[in-house]
Amino acid sequence: MIVEFGAFALVLALALSVAQTGLSAAGAWRRSGVLAGAGRGAALGAFAALACAFAALIYAFVGSDFSVANVAANSHTAKPLLYKVAGAWGSHEGSMLLWCLVLTGYGAAVAVFGERLPPRLRAWAVAVQGALGVLFLAYTVFASNPLTRLADPPVEGRSLNPLLQDWALAVHPPFLYAGYVGFSVVFSFAVAALIEGKVDAAFARWVRPWTLAAWSLLTVGITLGAFWAYYELGWGGWWFWDPVENASFMPWLIGAALLHSAIVLEKRGALPGWTVFLALAAFGFSMLGAFLVRSGVLTSVHAFAVDPTRGVLLLTIMGIAAGFGFLMFAIRAPSLNAGGLFAPVSRESAIVLNNIILSAATATVLLGTLYPLIREAMDGEAVSVGPPFFNLTFTPLLVLALAILPAGPLLAWKRGDARLVVRRLWLALLVAAILGLAAYAVVTPRKALASLGLVLGFWLIGGALAELFERVKAFRVPWAEVRRRVGGLPRGAWGTTIAHAGLGLFVLGASFETAWKVETAQALSVGGGFELGGYVLTLTDVGTLEGPNYLAERGIVRIEKQGGGLVCTAQPERRFFPTGGQTTSEVALCPRGLDDLYVVIGERRAGANGQPAWLVRAYVNPWVRLIFLGPLVMALGGVVSLSDRRLRMGVGRKAKGAEA
Amino acid sequence: MKTFRTLALAIAAIACMAAASDPSERLPDPAQEARARDLFKEVRCLVCQNESIDDSEAALARDLRLLVRDQVKQGRSDAQIRAFLTERYGEFVLLKPPFSAGNAVLWLTPLVVLLAGGGLMVALLRRRRVPEAGPEALSAEEEARLKGLLEGE
Repeated sequence: MIVEFGAFALVLALALSVAQTGLSAAGAWRRSGVLAGAGRGAALGAFAALACAFAALIYAFVGSDFSVANVAANSHTAKPLLYKVAGAWGSHEGSMLLWCLVLTGYGAAVAVFGERLPPRLRAWAVAVQGALGVLFLAYTVFASNPLTRLADPPVEGRSLNPLLQDWALAVHPPFLYAGYVGFSVVFSFAVAALIEGKVDAAFARWVRPWTLAAWSLLTVGITLGAFWAYYELGWGGWWFWDPVENASFMPWLIGAALLHSAIVLEKRGALPGWTVFLALAAFGFSMLGAFLVRSGVLTSVHAFAVDPTRGVLLLTIMGIAAGFGFLMFAIRAPSLNAGGLFAPVSRESAIVLNNIILSAATATVLLGTLYPLIREAMDGEAVSVGPPFFNLTFTPLLVLALAILPAGPLLAWKRGDARLVVRRLWLALLVAAILGLAAYAVVTPRKALASLGLVLGFWLIGGALAELFERVKAFRVPWAEVRRRVGGLPRGAWGTTIAHAGLGLFVLGASFETAWKVETAQALSVGGGFELGGYVLTLTDVGTLEGPNYLAERGIVRIEKQGGGLVCTAQPERRFFPTGGQTTSEVALCPRGLDDLYVVIGERRAGANGQPAWLVRAYVNPWVRLIFLGPLVMALGGVVSLSDRRLRMGVGRKAKGAEA
Repeated sequence: MKTFRTLALAIAAIACMAAASDPSERLPDPAQEARARDLFKEVRCLVCQNESIDDSEAALARDLRLLVRDQVKQGRSDAQIRAFLTERYGEFVLLKPPFSAGNAVLWLTPLVVLLAGGGLMVALLRRRRVPEAGPEALSAEEEARLKGLLEGE
């Protein structure tokens, strides 16, 4: 009954989205506040209806209602509760429902929180958001309905892929989608502004908070995904330049470019065409990502909910939405004002440079991801584009962007003084260079490129600090004055500093871990052990245990520091899931400050003297925690910056009130 | 077909777990072993979803690792080994597409986009230069209008 109610609510959401589009567009067209208000009401209704549909799906999963096809295919009675709930978005149909939920949620948010927007712009934005909802909801209702019943329900479900039964992956899709789909609001605003024919500083001010929110959430989502890959796939890596990863990375890169270009548009009125183009492209890449991930046109390690036939439909939806957006852009772009002037050495120029490099990086990732398809279509040759390609092309671009980054925030708008920037940054560069040289001298084996990576990481952190010190005039005015300045610093400035420093942390972690991780593997019988990176690992016992929906073999590995002293006891598992006949390895992690000791146990095999043995593989991953901490700090910077916006909008309104 | 695909995915998911450092496969010479490991990262496990033979536990990946190790032991160069693999399995086996006329677009795009963007920026800055110091001098027409306005007061 509740499932039928959910299915009805889903169709209702589609109908309300149609109403939202029609009413809002009519309201904007005829400048009718009543119609626009009705459109906003429909937006709220669509979100409420979809929330009911989604709740019904979760209800079906929690209650293991196998008469629902989606539940039967993706759940099992013995599965722990968290993964039953997460199963609701673990499949193709469920994940598209989540996509629609987030999409209508953002539409409702614009309807509720957009009071300060010009009424017509807001009405157009709600209409465009509604039209996106119609496209994706129609797809969900007619081609990928998660709430359809089975005529002949099975007694037991087929369960969720055990690789996905993990907390990080349970919360990864909601964050990822909140980020991906967050760019839909940015897209809607861009189309609305293009319809109105006005892309100005005010547009940037409205778009920036949504971009910040979407980008920060996407950052968290990607980080969770990378963390999951790190400890669940069991081979020590965290980023594989896999098509699915690239699909999420492209909107992130474009979102980062948009964050910066929107500042220029807001503060200086420059780059309106480019900014609105990025606003359209960000959601374009989100849709491309959904298509690539869900259609299975590219083979991927993360391909879990794939369906080629429906891929064509998703491609069509993407074509319609992006096509309309870019058509509007083509019509309006020539009439857009070119905006403020700036000198070659200025903060505007620095941000333009940032945007050029980020665009080149996105183009690289895009072409690398699609190239196998392109070559196949062109001359039928099957080729692969893997990590070695991206390491050779993407990394230099990144290095270039990072090398110039600290100078950006220190340059003045319009016309900057390069000598002044050098005077403020030389110390940061010197310290970074000394630390990098120290790493080169001390850490074995000696690696020049990785040491340069460290210089870059320290340079970013030092640069962020230098900028902060500059703003509060640290060491130049009395401390009381500095404290007062720290207190008065806008949140946006803190956000910049935090996010840039977070990027530095990531670069440090990535450079250090990639260059200096050590690994070994040996077949061990109980009592056997080996030495790795200053630690001694001993397999003290192997036992079996029974989980809620799996059987496991668990090794007990004592890890001691060389020369005595227990560090920790690692308990890696190898789990067998009888429902799907699958085996997964459960990695044991021993955090040691920023480092991880990473232990995996393999299959039982015959040992040397008739004793059973297990292949134990271990890694020491130095500074690996920074790889995940850095992006989270970046997301925090985004959130801090976001909290500034609201204050500023209030100030803006007050100022306007004073004028009147 | 769909069940087959799901099954294939499931098998791939089980099969593909890191295995390259399995001690039973290692070469005795550490320098050669290191070279082989570097090569593994560039060779695709053909039956896996998207992994190098360094990461995969599939039987085919092991065969390929043995093949590469064997070639390394025979003293063949990296280029020779890549050529050998390409001849046998096609370009698909290399995770890093070779620099060739066919792949020029792929390898040159990052540079082309970067240069095009840079060029565009330079052109833009040249066309719309910020006045060097103070406001520009008034044109004759503006001078006349200003005079008219002042006199009209």
